[in-house]
Order: sequence, then C-alpha cells, then structure tokens
Amino acid sequence: MNPVIPLDHIHEEHREFVGGKALAMAAMAQEGILVPDAVCVTVLAYQEYVATTGLAERIFMELNRKDFTDMRWEEMWDASLRIRNMFLNASIPLLLEKNLRLALEPIAKKGPVVVRSSSLEEDSSKVSFAGLHESYVNVKGIASILDHIKLVWASLWSDAALLYRQELSLSPEKSAMAVIVQDLIQGDKSGVAFGQNPHDESQAVIEAVYGLNQGLVDGTIEPDRWIIDRATGRIISHTPALRKEALFALDEGVRLQSLPFEKQMVPPLSNTDLKRVYELVRRLEFLFGAPQDVEWTQKGPFFYALQTRPITTLPGAPSEDKRAWYLSLRRSFRNLVNLRKKIENEHIPAMVSEANQLATQNLKILPDNELAEKIKKRSHLYQKWVDIYWADFIPLAHGVRLFGQVYNDIVHPSDPYEFMDLLGTTEMIGMKRNSMLEQMASLIRNDHILAKSLKSDIPQIINEEFEQRITEFLHEFGYIFCHTSECDEGRRGVIRMAMKLAERKAAERRIPARGKKSNNLRDSFFSLLKNSQRTYAAELLDLAKASYRLRDDDNIYLGKIEEQLSVALGEGKRRIENRGIESGEELTISEVIRALENPHVKIKRRKEKKAKENHFSITMRQLRGQPASPGVVRGKARVIAHPSDVFSFKAEEILVCDAIDPNMTLIVPLSSGIVERRGGMLIHGAIIAREYGIPCVTGIPEATEYIQTGDSIIVDGDFGIVTIANKAAK
Amino acid sequence: MTDVDKVSKMVHDVLENQDLAVLATHSSGQPYTNLVAFLATKDLKGIIFATRCTTRKYMNIVKDARVALLIDTRSNEEADFHKAMAVTVTGKAQEVGGEEREKLAGLYLEKFPHLIEFISSSHCGLFKVVVSKYTFVSGFQNVVELEVIK
Repeated sequence: MNPVIPLDHIHEEHREFVGGKALAMAAMAQEGILVPDAVCVTVLAYQEYVATTGLAERIFMELNRKDFTDMRWEEMWDASLRIRNMFLNASIPLLLEKNLRLALEPIAKKGPVVVRSSSLEEDSSKVSFAGLHESYVNVKGIASILDHIKLVWASLWSDAALLYRQELSLSPEKSAMAVIVQDLIQGDKSGVAFGQNPHDESQAVIEAVYGLNQGLVDGTIEPDRWIIDRATGRIISHTPALRKEALFALDEGVRLQSLPFEKQMVPPLSNTDLKRVYELVRRLEFLFGAPQDVEWTQKGPFFYALQTRPITTLPGAPSEDKRAWYLSLRRSFRNLVNLRKKIENEHIPAMVSEANQLATQNLKILPDNELAEKIKKRSHLYQKWVDIYWADFIPLAHGVRLFGQVYNDIVHPSDPYEFMDLLGTTEMIGMKRNSMLEQMASLIRNDHILAKSLKSDIPQIINEEFEQRITEFLHEFGYIFCHTSECDEGRRGVIRMAMKLAERKAAERRIPARGKKSNNLRDSFFSLLKNSQRTYAAELLDLAKASYRLRDDDNIYLGKIEEQLSVALGEGKRRIENRGIESGEELTISEVIRALENPHVKIKRRKEKKAKENHFSITMRQLRGQPASPGVVRGKARVIAHPSDVFSFKAEEILVCDAIDPNMTLIVPLSSGIVERRGGMLIHGAIIAREYGIPCVTGIPEATEYIQTGDSIIVDGDFGIVTIANKAAK
Repeated sequence: MTDVDKVSKMVHDVLENQDLAVLATHSSGQPYTNLVAFLATKDLKGIIFATRCTTRKYMNIVKDARVALLIDTRSNEEADFHKAMAVTVTGKAQEVGGEEREKLAGLYLEKFPHLIEFISSSHCGLFKVVVSKYTFVSGFQNVVELEVIK
C-alpha cells in the first residue's frame, strides 16, 4: 500500500491505517461537505520510520527506564522530551522520504498546510482528551512538512499521552500514528461547535473567534459563545468575549495580532452565520449518527469543516486523580507571562513580608496555650503558601518547557537539555547565598587568628568584616538551620558551614562558570531563527529564564515560611521534652498542639516494625534514574535524612537525599555528585547541580533506602545510573 | 523492585524457565565458558549441573571450585535490550555423591528426562553450586544483588 492516500480514496477498510480523524474527513468530503483538500500519511510510514531508524526499540528502552507507577509527571515530561528529540534527530529513511516527497509535493506546492495527528488510539478510546497530540498550522514547503510530520509522530508519546497510557492502551509494540496534511484555509472567523452541550443534552454550543481557531483551542483567545436549543434551533444565550486580539497565519506559524476597533465591537458570527454553523453540526450528527465536536472556519461566504469527532465523556476525574491538573500545567505563553507578573509582584513580596513579620514575634515568653495557637496559625499559613505554590509557582515552570521545545525544534541538539545552559546565567538566590558563604570562607582562609578563634569551644569573632557578613547573611536568609529546638544553631551553623568551605583547597572550589558557553549557544540559536521569529524567541527566553530562576527561588521563599513554623514547633517540642518525654523530635504538629493545650495528654509512642526473617539479603548494585546533570564521579555517599545531617557533610562527598531543600543548597558546592529520590530535570537539585557542573542523577526512589553514608558509589550523570561500588563496613 | 521476596521471585522465574546456563570456570587465571543444562533447587541455594570427568570444566573445578553462571531470557531480537533479564550466579561447585546424588539426580531428570543415560554413566559427575550471590539485571541497567544468608 502507498504510504500516502488522498482523502477521496479513503474508505472504512482503511481505518486501521489512517485513524478516525482522517476517516471522518474523508466521509465528509465524500458527502459533499466542504473540507480543505488533504492527504493522509498512513501508519505504515510511521511504522517503517521507527523500525528502520531503531527508534522503536529506543522508545521501549526509554519507557522501561523505570516502572511507570514510580514516575512523577515531571519524569514523564522528561521521557517525552527525550523521545521527541530522538524523532527530531532521526532522519526519515531515503526510500520512504522519496515516496513521501513524491506524494506530498502536489499539496505542498499549492500553498501553506496544516499537519494534523490522526492516531488510532485516540479514535478507539472512549474518552476524549484535548491537546493529547500535536497539530501544526501554516507549514510551508516539503522539507518543513516532513519535519512537522516527524513532530506529529513524536506526539504519539507526548507527556499527556503517557499520562493516559492505560486508557489509550498505548504500547510501543502496537501504537502508531497517521498524519493528515491539509490545505490551510486562512479563515476570517473560526471556532468550535458541540452538537450537544456536554453539560446539558438539550443544548448545542457554538464558540467563535476572529482569525484562526488555534488560539481558541489552546486557550489563548477567549471566544464568543452561544447556547442553542437543540429542539428549536433558537439562540438561548450569547456570552460575548473581550475581543482584543486574533491569531493569524504569518510567514511560518501563527501570530497574535490586535483586532481593529470595528471588529472588537462586533461578534464574529451574525445570526445568519450562526444558523449555518448549527446546520453544519446537525448535518454531521446525522452523517455520523452521534453529536459531533467540530472545528470549523469561515472564509468569505464558505464554511469549512476542519475536523470532527464524536462528543465523548470527559476523562473521569476522581479527586485523587491529579492527571487533569498535570495537563493544566501546559500553559500558553500569554498565560505564563501573566503568571510571572503575579508571582513576582504579588506572591513573593507577600511571602517575604509575612515571614519577616513572624520572625519578630518572641515565642519564648508565650504561655503554652498561646504557643499552641501560634503553631496552628503558622501551620495554616504554611499550608496556604503550599497551596499557592502548587497553583501558581509550579505551573510557571512550564515556561522552561515551552522554551526547551522551541529550542530543540530549531537547533536539533544531541542533548535534549542543552537549552538549560541558556537559562542559568541569571542569579538565583541559592547561588547568591552560596557566594556570600564563600566570601566568609575566604575571610577565614586569610585570617589565621580568626580561623583559630572560630575553632575554639566558645568562638569569638574578632574580625569586623566577618561579623558584618554574618549579620548580613542572617538578615537576608534567616536562621536557615533552625529546624531543631536549639535555635542558636542558626548562627553557629552558618559559621560552621563557612569554616567547612574554608578548608577546601582553591582547586576544589566549585564556582559556576558558564557565561561564554551560554552566549555561544544563544548566538547560534538566534542565528537559526527567521527575523519574524526573533522577537517571540527573545520574549520566550526571558520568560524561561525567570521561570528557571523562580523555580529555585520559590523553594527558598517557601522555606522562609516553613522555617517560622519550625521555630514555633521547635519551641513547643522543647517544652514537651522538658516534661520528661524522651524525645519530642518525632511528634507530629497536632500532637505538639494537643500536648501544649493539655499538660495531661498522653502521647502514644509509635511501634517499630519488626524485620521479617529471610534467606537472602538484598543489595542494590546499580540503580537507574534520570540523567539530570552530566559527568561521572566516584566518591563516598553522605545520606541526608535529617536537616542536621548537613553539618556532617564533608567536602567531595556525594550528596544522597530525598530532594534538595533550601538547607542543602549550601552544601552543594562542597559535593562531588548528587543523587535524589525525586525525579525530573527541573527540580531544584537538577538545576543547582547543572549550575555548578556537578554530576547528578534524580528519580531513584530507593536511593536513601539502599545507599548508606560511607558507601562508595559512582554517579553517572550522562546515563542516569548510580552504582554502589562498595558498601561501607558496618 | 527492591523487595527481597519480589526479587527472589523474579530470579526464580528466570531460572525455572531456562534450561541452559553459561558456566564460567578458569584454569590458571584463564577464564573458560561452557553451556550446561542446569536446575535450581527450590530454595535457590543450589544450582545443579552435570559433566563428565574428562571435560575441561571438570578439571578446572577440581583445581578451583569457584564458578559463575549466567542465565538469561534473551531471544536474539532487538527487544532484548529492554525485555531481557539476566541472572549471574556466583558460588562454589562441589561434586555430590551417595544419597544426595541420588536425590538431586532424580530432580535433575524430572527437568531433563532425555539425559538419563548421560547422568547414569559411571564417569558423569553431578555438581551442586552452593550459591553465595545472585546478581539480577533487568531493564538493561537495573542491577540488584541477592546474597545468601549463611
């Protein structure tokens, strides 16, 4: 069979080669409904491509890196990005390319096209997913069409598809993707119509915008919306939009443009137009035997159906199913720009001011019941900021992803994370804090009397500049070691950390140095862009840099609030310990509150689990995670299980932890490698490791269980592997 | 994949479903490998195989009982890279005799009934490798070790 079939040659027997979307397009064309001229690149082309290039097995290996149930959404995004890059870098085999060129040349010569997905899985699924696979609008020339076909193929493995892999029965053995290449109709008005309102069976819904409807589909542009009575065809309601902008085809791709005033004042559809769209929807419902979800566009007097599919139920979303939330993280550029403003102008100043205000309260003088009240309040406040963190801070991280995708599409780098080197030159708070510590360390190195005095039991600071730096540090970053009930540790902790840094030889000191490389990458990226793309790319890079920097800084700001909760909690635990209970450390917040409110309350000790007898002992030899920062290093592991463990950290050890929190950022420059349980390329550990050029592997859930302090381990940041070379003697 | 029971079950499944292992011995430091038909004991503490006393591997084991075996699920297809699992066994091989030989030979013949003449011949040694460690590799690069507690 030819890998490309024209629309008018597609019939029901081709379903398994062309997917549901292409089949529906063909049915409409054959019924005389106006659709853009199109051809379908069948799944045979996809299958030949992945088999010949070895991608089939590489996708398998990528998806088998780790059990899916252990994968966080961010790791799925990473896997998806790596797979996408494999597609970008694997050329279409010569013979297949020749056949595709031959078959696509006629449509390519006619003008710009839309390259759409038509997957078999999406069609067979009982649930519908918006934005599961990619479509590209305004693609010009055969070479670009072939590149975009590869991107649509890659979107079979998008992060969204991986999230819903079970519902889709997604498997590298069976799944395949067909692609529709259709004429671009540069409509004056476009929209989406639902033959039946998903929320009310008696109604239909029509949405419309000026220009192309891609902006409506991805949520960039708010549409006018009409509700129509299915029984009579009467308009029940019209909700007008704020019509400021519209999406138009420009050069290559699409751009937002301001709408002229006269259009802003008039809804995109007149009542007569509305009637015609509604007629189209009803006709399609009759043709396919079920209410349809239709994308349409109007050019001059003509209405075109761009694609249609049955209205299916939305993915069931029980409250514990977070997948819909994960998908909501994929936001548009415009949305992210607004989110950045909100975070920089509202959230961060509020967090700083609330933390500072809490720091002025003297908890030691409060009676127990008032202290309990303060702990409650601080705990609620902390929870409030955790919620905001999830709602606004985490989604902003998508700015980095958005830029990464654009960068990879333009540059086709062999390392899918090369783009991150362009983001790191902005100063992050964690880095600033480390550099202040390094300045203190330098004073210790150069002042032997100071160094000697600091080593004594009651350290006396006899260097004015050092004293000043300590004060500045504590003023700016707070008592970051105050997670214990002994809060003097804050000041001592900072001094100890500076002393540790001072012990390092000059050659061992890690300083982030990447300016030149970053500039070269930036220049070569921009040189590959067309003039019309540069402004958007520059804005996107700026957003990505802010998003990257805030992804680390937000952690520190949230840490400031958490620190205030810890201080209050520490005070509570200290008082409970004074009552003769052995250790307050393990008490939960509510136990501390109860014990403070009622001195007679009894606290149950938690029972320790009894170890099961076994004939074997298990040792992990090699663990596989995500390659988060390149390089290979061998060293002694230091497992940080408790905040106070950071004090024991020695230079050149490998940091093994759950996730790098604000305390640990300080020891990063001392470490030779990093292993984190949490996975992902955009988590703090990965970001900070890349800044310092330290090999890092993330996403090994068993790391803190099977690696012990003192074990000799090898961190392979290139391939995401951690090897336990020698266990420490017990 | 970190639970002892889970890993030993996976090791058990690989051993049960394979007939042949690559046996490694050495002579004066020179490694030497063969294919042998093997059986794992139920408790996974022993691997049984047979060889005639005239073979090079027999002589190597007489000089140094330390051996390694490789048992894997490869199918010689591209999919092996993500699908295949491998178990490396290290331990000491000892020739068994008397009642123990009779018992183990019976179990061995249940798995390989066609080897009856081979096993019954007077110059065939039946060996039991006392396992000290299993190294289990899955998903291309996940490596976990199960050590037998003595």
